[in-house]
Amino acid sequence: MATAAKKKLVQWGPAEVKAALLEKYPPKVGRKRAKQIMINEAQQNETPEFTANVRTIPGIITMRGCTYAGCKGVIMGPTRDIVNLVHGPIGCSFYAWLTRRNQTDAGPDGENYMNYCFSTDMQEQDIIFGGEKKLAQAIQEAYDLFHPKSIAVFATCPVGLIGDDIHTVSKNMKEKFGDCNVYAFSCEGYKGVSQSAGHHIANNQVFRHLVGQNDEVKPGKYKINLLGEYNIGGDGFEIDRIFKKCGITCISTFSGNSTYDQFASSHTADLNAVMCHRSINYVADMMETKYGIPWIKVNFIGAKATAKSLRKIAEYFGEKELIDTVEKVIAEEMPGVEAALAEITPRTEGKTAMMFVGGSRAHHYKELFDELKMKTISAGYEFGHQDDYEGRQVLPNIQVDADSRNIEEIEVEPDEARFKPRKSDKEMKALEKAGYKFKHYDGLAADMDKGTLIIDDLNQYEAEKLVELMKPDIFCAGIKEKYSIQKLGVPMKQLHSYDSGGPYAGFLGAINFYKEIDRLVNSKVWGYMKAPWQKNPQLSASYNWE
Amino acid sequence: MLLRHTPTEITERTALTINPAKTCQPIGAMYAALGIHGCLPHSHGSQGCCAYHRSALTRHYKEPISASTSSFTEGASVFGGQANMLQAINNIFTVYNPEVIAIHTTCLSETIGDDLPQIKKKAAAEGKIPEGRYVISASTPSYAGSHVTGFSNMVKSMAGMAEPTGKKNGKVNIIPGWVEPADMEEIKRITGVIGVKTILFPDTSGVLNGPLSGEYKMFPEGGTTVAELKSTGDSKGTLALGEWCSADAARELDTKCKVPCSVLDMPFGLMATDRFIDALRTIAGVNIPDEILNERGQLVDMISDMHQYLYGKKVALVGDPDQLIAMTEFLVSMDMKPIHIVTGTPGKKFEKRIKEITKDMGCKVNVKAKGDMFLLHQWIKNEPVDLIIGNTYCKYIARDEDIPYVRWGFPILDRQGHQYFPTVGYKGGLRLLEKITGVLLDRKDRDDSESKFELVL
Repeated sequence: MATAAKKKLVQWGPAEVKAALLEKYPPKVGRKRAKQIMINEAQQNETPEFTANVRTIPGIITMRGCTYAGCKGVIMGPTRDIVNLVHGPIGCSFYAWLTRRNQTDAGPDGENYMNYCFSTDMQEQDIIFGGEKKLAQAIQEAYDLFHPKSIAVFATCPVGLIGDDIHTVSKNMKEKFGDCNVYAFSCEGYKGVSQSAGHHIANNQVFRHLVGQNDEVKPGKYKINLLGEYNIGGDGFEIDRIFKKCGITCISTFSGNSTYDQFASSHTADLNAVMCHRSINYVADMMETKYGIPWIKVNFIGAKATAKSLRKIAEYFGEKELIDTVEKVIAEEMPGVEAALAEITPRTEGKTAMMFVGGSRAHHYKELFDELKMKTISAGYEFGHQDDYEGRQVLPNIQVDADSRNIEEIEVEPDEARFKPRKSDKEMKALEKAGYKFKHYDGLAADMDKGTLIIDDLNQYEAEKLVELMKPDIFCAGIKEKYSIQKLGVPMKQLHSYDSGGPYAGFLGAINFYKEIDRLVNSKVWGYMKAPWQKNPQLSASYNWE
Repeated sequence: MLLRHTPTEITERTALTINPAKTCQPIGAMYAALGIHGCLPHSHGSQGCCAYHRSALTRHYKEPISASTSSFTEGASVFGGQANMLQAINNIFTVYNPEVIAIHTTCLSETIGDDLPQIKKKAAAEGKIPEGRYVISASTPSYAGSHVTGFSNMVKSMAGMAEPTGKKNGKVNIIPGWVEPADMEEIKRITGVIGVKTILFPDTSGVLNGPLSGEYKMFPEGGTTVAELKSTGDSKGTLALGEWCSADAARELDTKCKVPCSVLDMPFGLMATDRFIDALRTIAGVNIPDEILNERGQLVDMISDMHQYLYGKKVALVGDPDQLIAMTEFLVSMDMKPIHIVTGTPGKKFEKRIKEITKDMGCKVNVKAKGDMFLLHQWIKNEPVDLIIGNTYCKYIARDEDIPYVRWGFPILDRQGHQYFPTVGYKGGLRLLEKITGVLLDRKDRDDSESKFELVL
């Protein structure tokens, strides 16, 4: 195999790699980047200067996107029955049109606007004279055409600069219609330092305008919300399959395969299970304060992690029926997983991976590489915060800078009518005493080996350098990074949108992922890069035709 | 149904665009700048613009797209982006060392009024632009025009690099417009066969259709060189292909350097290619070799061979003005009936040209500039067609309405080949015809009853 045959001539130590990554930078840039590259000390990181969620340096080719992308693209994009109207010039709405591979199942007749792209297509005169009238008219036209139950308005950069009051326009239209909830997101692209600010802004408005709108109690036992699962490549469908098998009722998913009504009645669930800590922990915190729903961190990426997360949910409810069903489901699902691993791991064992993606994904996918007996030699997030790296215990020590301060923090108080503790103090204490952890996340660093490199906001130059020096067998990031890495002869897997594959969550998803990684790291194509005459260029004699 | 909420009844919309048939200026500027050898496009705005443009171009080309951004935050948006831009210029030359930085603006930097020429002057005065390196810029506000306008504006800035020496170089400038790398390569092949020396700009061939060889070059071999761009001012003339994409740059060279220009249609299909070849012949004073005549004859031959499957077929088209004008003419020239034609790019001239081209077709033609694909879909519901030609987003309409469909235009996100196989020129015409007849006959084979199913078509 080509990758196996690749010669690793020099074994670089992490300190040398770090120095090599920094050597070309202007001094000021180098000093800043040095703080975002950590040589992991495993468990107890003492590296005091590690920073995350800080500004990207202008001119340095970053993987990051903007606040609008985090708000409209990530959090609100996957909800099918809300008309997502982008207020701005055409591009922002165009680029977020069906490009994230969020799957949804509306059935044959259900409302589904996800295949549509809505924009006010602001023109020069709107920028000069203001775009509020055009926005109101566009909301009216969307309402007249579709009569949706909800219209969400998203601000783009110029909207904030010219001062369009999108919230008042939305409020007025909501009052005018009476049967359509209209609200807005001030998610101008320049806010914050990455997509992450957009997640927070989306969380705030979802909490304010959607959660708690419908008090109707849905049937079913063991009611949970799954937060931070976006149904990329059908991940959510596989998780739903497992929940159903276990008898767990998922009231809402934030926001894969979701509907308006799921958000509206999410406060009737009894537990919030958080997948992507970075993008959605805000809403989990606010729902706990306002409605009394505790939250736990789960992870359905990786077969073992899936089993662990199911057991964690069952343990919370504490009923034998659920605990037994969960064990039965795990026992049914694991043989398939084990058979796949037995077949595939001989071809993946000992290979190395790098992952630079998301704000939780790099951590989640490490589980799957562990199962394939592959070593994650370097990892990091595109828009993670310090707690995503070092765990929530560092939260009190994080300095809030000017960029984060600009993002609203909602003050939440218990809802007089609807606050209801899901467990008594005594029950909660008993669970905690037995080692059960609420609101707990250890972060990526704790799971990474000692001496591995953890790099925040990796850029194109560093990525290329890392691959050149450490020669991983696979590199995972996003679409922008894909082909520069593959030009180097290293397979690249997109972990934002999964290229074309998925699902990778749950048990069946794990098997899909093992097969996909096997395909990538053992593909014949990486052996074709040199022509025969390049491998042996010395022509010693001419061929005699006769 | 994928687009299940699209009603047949058409109501007037004045504020809401649904399923756009255009995107914003900066991505066009980025694509054009990638056609300069050794150039790093730079987006002066917030990070998302650059990330979105790079992603869209990467998905279309399946190639690395390097571009940098000024990474505006709220502070820069309030106080102006000069500090970010100066820092970016310094970092870019230090870390990536391109020959050219091609800066385009965004709605953000345009709204706050950043003055790029002034920032460039300051960068030069502070010694941030190394000797022999260049910074060019184009104003590309997203709230005016479309991605086509942005492309045109950056190409005009490239023309601005011309430095006439007073000594003619004996070459013809060709501005190909927003076509695929394969098309640019094909134009160079054609001019090579004819024996005309040319400067083609921009030229993304060799940049966005590169090989997999185990090496990554941030600045690949292809692209129009700075020396060539400087020399455009000494050429004997300019052929601008496409009024929307290329005319401004050609006129800039005419005004600034007295290089005369002709604005032609993009050479898609028989007649537009005829005019292009004829113009080349005239401007360069050469005879057209038989090889080209033979290629033309092959295209005419295939049109005649397949005419029975093309005749009278109704077509819906969506795309960019220059491409649509040439395609409409090609379809009409084969006795097909393009009846619904939409571009998102503004321009009354577009509607006028299409009406002229289709005036003898003997049926009503719906045409709209500044339209969208929601409207196109409604037109199709009201009067069905036999074929749709357009970008990848058309597949939602094609599937819902069960209509044969040829992918052509930007972006194509779900099929490959556009970067390798041209659709310009006579040979490109053959490929278009192969694709069109392919989907039409696949449909016939699918729909014919068993008794009517035929081996020979």
